[in-house]
Amino acid sequence: MSAATSGAGHTVGGVARRIVAPLRRLGALLFSVALTFLGLTGVTFAIGRFMPIDPVIAIVGDKASQETYDRVYRELGLDQPVLVQYGTYLGKIARGDFGNSVMTARPVLEDLVRVFPATIELAFLALVIGVVLGIPFGVIAATNRGRWPDQIVRFMSLVGYSMPVFWLGLVGLLLFYAKLGWVEGPGRLDVAFDDIVAPVTGMLTIDALMAGEGDVFANALGHLVLPASILGFLSLAYIARMTRSFMLAQLEQEYILAALAKGLSPWRIIWVHALGNVWVQLVTVIALTFGSLLEGAVLTETVFAWPGLGLYMKNSLFAADLNAVLGGTLLIGAIYILLNMLSDLVYAMVDPRAREPN
Amino acid sequence: MQMRAWLLDPAPASRRQAQLGGWFRAWLAFRRNTLGMIGLGIVLLLIGVAAFAPLIVDPASALTQVLADRLQPSSWAHPFGTDELGRDILARVVFGARITLTIVVLVSLIVVPIGLAIGLPAGYFGGWIDAALMRFTDIFLAFPRLVLALAFAAALGPGIENAVIAIALTAWPPYARLARAETLTRRRSEFIQAAELQGASHLRIIATQIVPLCLPSVIIRLTLDMAGIILTAAGLGFLGLGAQPPSPEWGAMVSTGREVLLDQWWVATIPGLAIFVTSLGFNLLGDGLRDVSSGRG
Repeated sequence: MSAATSGAGHTVGGVARRIVAPLRRLGALLFSVALTFLGLTGVTFAIGRFMPIDPVIAIVGDKASQETYDRVYRELGLDQPVLVQYGTYLGKIARGDFGNSVMTARPVLEDLVRVFPATIELAFLALVIGVVLGIPFGVIAATNRGRWPDQIVRFMSLVGYSMPVFWLGLVGLLLFYAKLGWVEGPGRLDVAFDDIVAPVTGMLTIDALMAGEGDVFANALGHLVLPASILGFLSLAYIARMTRSFMLAQLEQEYILAALAKGLSPWRIIWVHALGNVWVQLVTVIALTFGSLLEGAVLTETVFAWPGLGLYMKNSLFAADLNAVLGGTLLIGAIYILLNMLSDLVYAMVDPRAREPN
Repeated sequence: MQMRAWLLDPAPASRRQAQLGGWFRAWLAFRRNTLGMIGLGIVLLLIGVAAFAPLIVDPASALTQVLADRLQPSSWAHPFGTDELGRDILARVVFGARITLTIVVLVSLIVVPIGLAIGLPAGYFGGWIDAALMRFTDIFLAFPRLVLALAFAAALGPGIENAVIAIALTAWPPYARLARAETLTRRRSEFIQAAELQGASHLRIIATQIVPLCLPSVIIRLTLDMAGIILTAAGLGFLGLGAQPPSPEWGAMVSTGREVLLDQWWVATIPGLAIFVTSLGFNLLGDGLRDVSSGRG
C-alpha cells in the first residue's frame, strides 16, 4: 500500500490528489465544525426564548405602563421575526457580546475570562493525573488479559464510571481534609494568602511560581490536589479502559508476532511498537476526556467551593441569570467542539490511513 | 430437565421454541459471567426495593419530620440514622429508589423512540436523508451533556419532569447512530428484498423486519447508559435542579447532608453510596450483556 502511494505521488494527478484531497477534507471538517457551532448557538438561542421569564418584565418590572413595555419590547428586537432575532444573536456572539450578567452586573465575557483559568488549572491537573496513570494501567491490563492486574484495572474503571463525582468529593473532603488533614480545605487559597500574588495567568499555582512565592504555591497546590485527584480518577477510569481495548487490538496483530520472532524484547514490543500505534487513538480519547472534565468541574467546583466556571454557572442558575448560564454553556460547548476538531486533525495528520482517500 | 431439553433442542419444532431456546442459551452464557450476575442482582434488588418500598419501610418515616430525633446516628430504630429534619434515612433511600427508577424508565421511553425515529430512516433510505439526519445527530452529539442538561433545566425550571426532559434531549444521539449502523448492515439482506418484492411498504419493513433486529444492541447500549443517566440525574438533583424537597431524591439528599458532613457524615454518605451501587449495578449488567452478545455474534 505504501509503495503504491509513493508511486502515485510522482505523477501530476498524484500530486494534485495529494494537495486537493487534504484540502477538501479540511474544508469538510471546517464546514461541519461551523455547522455544529450554528447548532450550538441555535440551542442556546432556543433556550433563551424558552425561558418562562418574560425578558421585558425582567427589565421594566411588572408595574410599567404598556407604552414602556412596548418600547423595551421593540428595543430588545422581540417584534422582529425569529430568524432575524437569531441573526442578531449570532452577530452579538461573534463580537464577544454575551450580554450582561444580572448577578455581577458586568459583561458575561469579562466574568468568563476571570473565572475560567481556575477551571483550566483544575481540569488540566486532573487530565495529567489521568494520562500519567491511566495509560500505563491500560497497557498493563491489556498485556495481562484475564489475570488479576487486568481484573483490578477493569474493576477500577467500572468504579470510576459509576461514581457520583460530587459524592466522591465530599467523602474525599471528609477523609483527607477533616479526618487526616493531608490536604487543604475548600477554596483555592487560605485567607491568609489572599492578594499576595497579582493575577497574571489566573492560574494560582503558576502565578505564585512566577512571583517566586513558595508559600503561596504550596498552599494553592494543597487546595488543588484533592479536587484534581478526584476528577483525575474519573478520567483515569476512561483512559485506562480505552487504552486497554486499543492495546488488545494491537497485540492481536501479526507484526507483534513478527517482532517477537525477530527477537525483540517483549517490553520493547509492548511499550514502543504497540503503544506507538495506539497513541493516535489515544489523542482522541484524551481530547474527549478534557471536554468531560470541564463538565465534571461544574459538580466538583460546587463541592470544593472552587471559584471557576462551574461554580459561576451554578450560582448564575440560581440567580436566574440566563445570560451568564448560556455564556458558560457556549464556552464549554465551543471548547468541546474545538477539541473534537483538533483530535480529528491530529488523527488525519498522523494516521496515513485517515489521510489517504479510501 | 425436560424443559431444558426442549429449550436446547437443536431442531426446534416451532418458531416460538427456537426463540425461547435462543433466549435460554443467552441466559446460560450470561450466567457464567460472575460480574454480570452481580450487576443483575443489584438491578433486581433496585426494582424489588422500588416496587415493595411501603412493605420494607414505614412510608411515613420517609417524610415525617421528627425534630427531636434529628441527626441521630445509626441505631435499631434507624439503621442508617436520621437526617437534619429527623427523617429516617433508610426509609428515604428506599423510597428514593422509586424516583431513580422512574427517571431511568422515563428517559429510556423518550430516548429510544427518538433514536430509532432518526437512525432507522437514515440507514434505510441513505442519500441526502441520511446525510441530513446524521449531521443533525452529530450536532447534538458534540454537546456537553451535563452542561446542556443544566441549561435546559435552568430554562424549564427545576423539577423531576424537566430533569428527565433535559437528560433525554442530550442522551438520544448515540441511539440514532446505533440504529443507523444496525439498519445499514441489514438493508441489503435478502429477507428485506423478499419483503420488498412482496410489496411491503417501507414503514412495514422498518417496523417488522428491522426494528426487532436493532433492539438487542439498543437494549445493551441502554443498560450501559443507565449509569450515566442516573449520575446525571443525581448531579442535577445535587445542584438543586432535579426532584424538589421534600422528595427523597438521592442526589438532593447528598446535597442537604453536605452542611453537616463533618459531624454527621452518614447523612450525605449513605444516599451517595446508593447512587454509586445502583450505577455500578447497571454498568456490571451492561458489560456482562455486551460480553455475551459479542461472544455469540
